[in-house]
Amino acid sequence: MLLAIDTSAGTSVAVVDFTRGVIAERGEADTMRHAEIVGPFILECLREADIAPAALSGVVGGMGPGPFTGLRVGIASARVFALGAGKPLVPVISHDAIAYGHYRRGHSGPLVVVTDARRREIYWSAYSQADAVGLPVRVGSPGLAKPAELDDPAWLHALWPRIDAATVAAGDLGLVAELSFAHHRPFAANVPLYLRSPDVTLSNGPKRVSR
Amino acid sequence: MVTNRTDPLVLGIETSCDETGIGIVRGTTLLSNTIASSMDEHARYGGVVPEIAARAHLDELVPAINAAIAEAGIRLHDLDAIAVTCGPGLSGALMVGVGAAKALAVALDKPIYAVNHLVGHVGADLLHHSIHTSRTETSDAAPLEYPTIALLVSGGHTSLLLVRDLVSDVELLGETIDDAAGEAFDKVARLLSLPYPGGPQIDRVAADGNPKAIRFPRGLSQPKDMAAHRYDFSFSGLKTSVARFVEQRQDAGEPVPTADVAASFREAVVDILLTKALAACADYGVPRLLLGGGVIANQRLRHIATERTDAAGIALRIPPLSLCTDNGAMIAALGAQLIMAGREPSTLEFGADSTLPVDQIQV
Ligand SMILES: [Zn+2]
Repeated sequence: MLLAIDTSAGTSVAVVDFTRGVIAERGEADTMRHAEIVGPFILECLREADIAPAALSGVVGGMGPGPFTGLRVGIASARVFALGAGKPLVPVISHDAIAYGHYRRGHSGPLVVVTDARRREIYWSAYSQADAVGLPVRVGSPGLAKPAELDDPAWLHALWPRIDAATVAAGDLGLVAELSFAHHRPFAANVPLYLRSPDVTLSNGPKRVSR
Repeated sequence: MVTNRTDPLVLGIETSCDETGIGIVRGTTLLSNTIASSMDEHARYGGVVPEIAARAHLDELVPAINAAIAEAGIRLHDLDAIAVTCGPGLSGALMVGVGAAKALAVALDKPIYAVNHLVGHVGADLLHHSIHTSRTETSDAAPLEYPTIALLVSGGHTSLLLVRDLVSDVELLGETIDDAAGEAFDKVARLLSLPYPGGPQIDRVAADGNPKAIRFPRGLSQPKDMAAHRYDFSFSGLKTSVARFVEQRQDAGEPVPTADVAASFREAVVDILLTKALAACADYGVPRLLLGGGVIANQRLRHIATERTDAAGIALRIPPLSLCTDNGAMIAALGAQLIMAGREPSTLEFGADSTLPVDQIQV
């Protein structure tokens, strides 16, 4: 069994198992309460699944892409939970969970996953299909764009079906990890996908105060 | 829920500004004070950039926890509780620590104490420094006496507190109404073309200067300020005054007397900080003053504080500098005090509160 945590959009926590699927899941779409609810969600999922941290096989962390402040809460929680429980951290790209969920519910063929990056920008990933075991095949890596760029007919994936997701389900995130592990697929890097530099401007020295 | 209330083993997590602090204490005994600072990454911007600080916390947390438990010689499962700073501070930075602390508490099935950063600075003084004690630092093992006035000065805060009891009665007497004192040092350092952080640079340059060369203003010290702002601080007027002085020299084609400006500026900051702190001691009849915060590293501040408190018959306490700057040990120390006082843990629902009032010692 795996504990999965994602805060790349709202907050979602789940306990999943390869054979039993999603055993417990909690979600909240509010993007302002990650730090408040992540702890209670973890506790509730573990209790509902009736599993002790020591009995888990790993902790799945959604690496984004996602707006920084919220994204960090989930990654910090996943990394430190893994440390505390003495279990490996399994990093998964959050968009892969959205795509996986969509394919699982019957979609087939190309798919573009889009999430809100704030400041009138969006995060996107492109998938060609689900493979034989059901894992989404990402062919366009997570990117940051202005909405108009994706509407441009010249864009590589412009004509592909598009899903705009407001939430990421930790259950799907966990199942992507289970399938990847079972079929010896590589996991993502343990690095947050901010896809944006911190906004800071180098000043040109102190401003003059006297007239 | 807490099994050991006499000598609890507590891990403290502090991420309110640019230091990722992990501390481990057993009761009042310090076992580890591990600090990873992102200060160097902020240097080119001349001040703390919140997003850079928050990213660094996420990168440093796990290595810092590992380093702390190794130094303390404990296993995470030995802990009696987790303590974490939930405010005040930079909200994005605080959230990293809050999320991590909750996850650790649930993973270990340990109680969690969400505590106030400013009160943590006072709690630092309670630690017996079994490690990290150098001969030059005061290592006063005598217990902190109450009530005490506490002056907490850093790049993020400048506050004057009346502490009647660490775990139950802390009152805010005054705080800065604009810049923190540490920010004023950084800004004036930039005016003088000195690097970040400004405090040590101003201290270095001021060593050759005359503190009485230029009379810079003391903020909120006029009789008219005494009603509403008796214990409040203001440093923006002082910074403007220094800027104006420097510009006048430059406009006249004269060299800027950097050493004198640095010494006189530092004198103005130190003077107003201690004048107000000692006024609070006198007004409340409290013969004890505790200093905390990163600016306490300033040698002139410590020197004048010693002189003036000696003259006034006030007992001065300055924790070792490694416990004055932001750190996790002070958070663990405050957590341990709450446990020893019989307090119940925080519930898991608390959030990060960037403006947490000082009288909320535990959330
Ligand atoms: Zn501080």
